Amino acid sequence: MNGNPQLGPDGQLRHLLSIEGLPKEILLQILDTARPFVSVTEREVKKVPLLRGKSIFNLFFEPSTRTRTTFEIAAKRLSADVVNLNIATSSQTKGETLLDTVANLSAMHADMFIVRHAQSGAAHLIARHVGEEVHVINAGDGRHAHPTQALLDMFTIREYKGAFTDLRVAIVGDILHSRVARSEIHALTTLGVPEVRVIGPRTLLPARVSQLGVHVYHDMEEGLRDVDVVMMLRLQSERMNGALLPSAEEFFKYYGLTPEKLAHAKPDAIVMHPGPMNRGVEIESSVADGRQSVILPQVTFGIAVRMAVMSIVAGN
Amino acid sequence: MTLPDAERLLDRLIDQIRPDIRPESALVGIHTGGVWIAQRLHIALGLRLPMGTIDVAFYRDDYKQKGLASAVRPSDIPFSVENAHIILVDDVLYTGRTIRAALNEIFDYGRPTSIRLAALVDRGGRQLPICPQYIGAEVTVAAQESVELRRDSAGHLSLTLVRPS
Repeated sequence: MNGNPQLGPDGQLRHLLSIEGLPKEILLQILDTARPFVSVTEREVKKVPLLRGKSIFNLFFEPSTRTRTTFEIAAKRLSADVVNLNIATSSQTKGETLLDTVANLSAMHADMFIVRHAQSGAAHLIARHVGEEVHVINAGDGRHAHPTQALLDMFTIREYKGAFTDLRVAIVGDILHSRVARSEIHALTTLGVPEVRVIGPRTLLPARVSQLGVHVYHDMEEGLRDVDVVMMLRLQSERMNGALLPSAEEFFKYYGLTPEKLAHAKPDAIVMHPGPMNRGVEIESSVADGRQSVILPQVTFGIAVRMAVMSIVAGN
Repeated sequence: MTLPDAERLLDRLIDQIRPDIRPESALVGIHTGGVWIAQRLHIALGLRLPMGTIDVAFYRDDYKQKGLASAVRPSDIPFSVENAHIILVDDVLYTGRTIRAALNEIFDYGRPTSIRLAALVDRGGRQLPICPQYIGAEVTVAAQESVELRRDSAGHLSLTLVRPS
């Protein structure tokens, strides 16, 4: 038994739980497989028969419209049957445990679970308890990981920038609470990006972030200087009520992406955001809708990348 | 046995296909060998419509047994399939399963008026009711052997018999 619960004995991807611990070859296999799926989604019939007859359960214990929808579309474009389960309407509110929920759905012959949960490690827990033929994809767990977001961002970067090996990438905002940021950092370093920067106030940066091999900046203009890619993070509004931030206006002043701050990046730098955006908090509308923004292509590519992940794990 | 010369078989295919060409004719090559042949046919036949390429990985019937192939290439059909006369091109025709997958994929682009099948070599062994209209040659090889089309740096095509090691 090998130590990585995501990989089968043959080293192939069985579950996608986190980017951490995945070899570069598997990340590249996913990105390469996503490319032909982009072509599929541009056709008249945007569907292939790969997962015909498979039942995929979207288990969302935390609200998310975009991620759930893109997983649902991706599954449908692979011809799978999709069932969406939202916590508010599920029996979890009646006291059923997570594993009981999964056991019951497995008894209904589920083939794959897409899991979003506020608790870090929820997808890992499920993956340890499902049968051999069942696959689990983490759609975001607590502060831990959001691997498909990182993969679709890597796909977007490769589409616009080509190779990873001569890029300077800055991740800006609330790094501390962001599962997206953690997954991005692991993906970027695994794919060989030589310089990854994180930019944010001290209160929103984890104490040991530099151990992940990133450069830390508190001054945004300095941090953006000569970067090729600017990855903005969503500032979760609940953080602003606590002691971490004085106000949204204050955050915008120092860390909101404006055309003036973006001017310090390379002229052809791309601007990314995982959505949903807080316009006027972490990003100004003129940048979000501007020439350098690739925020909508990220959404389109997200479907192809999720199709790639599902069809790879379901075949292994 | 010795395999026939691929370049001569290509000339035969050109001669067979030429009388059937009409303005709505278009070639679709199946990756990888079929694409090489389609590229050569496309130039030789001077077709008006651009040629298409398909990778049938998303339509294969052995996904459950083998999983998804690595290195799937994007399919690209740059003409309107609706009302087209398509000539599907493959290098080696064997069980017919690849052709079945390719037919299904083409229909996800639209409804062609007709599809005909061209193969450089037909090694028999069909497992589905699929029959080529144009073939360079029929060859007989043992079940455990495979016939491979290769292309050198000058673009020259050749056939090789691959035995299990």
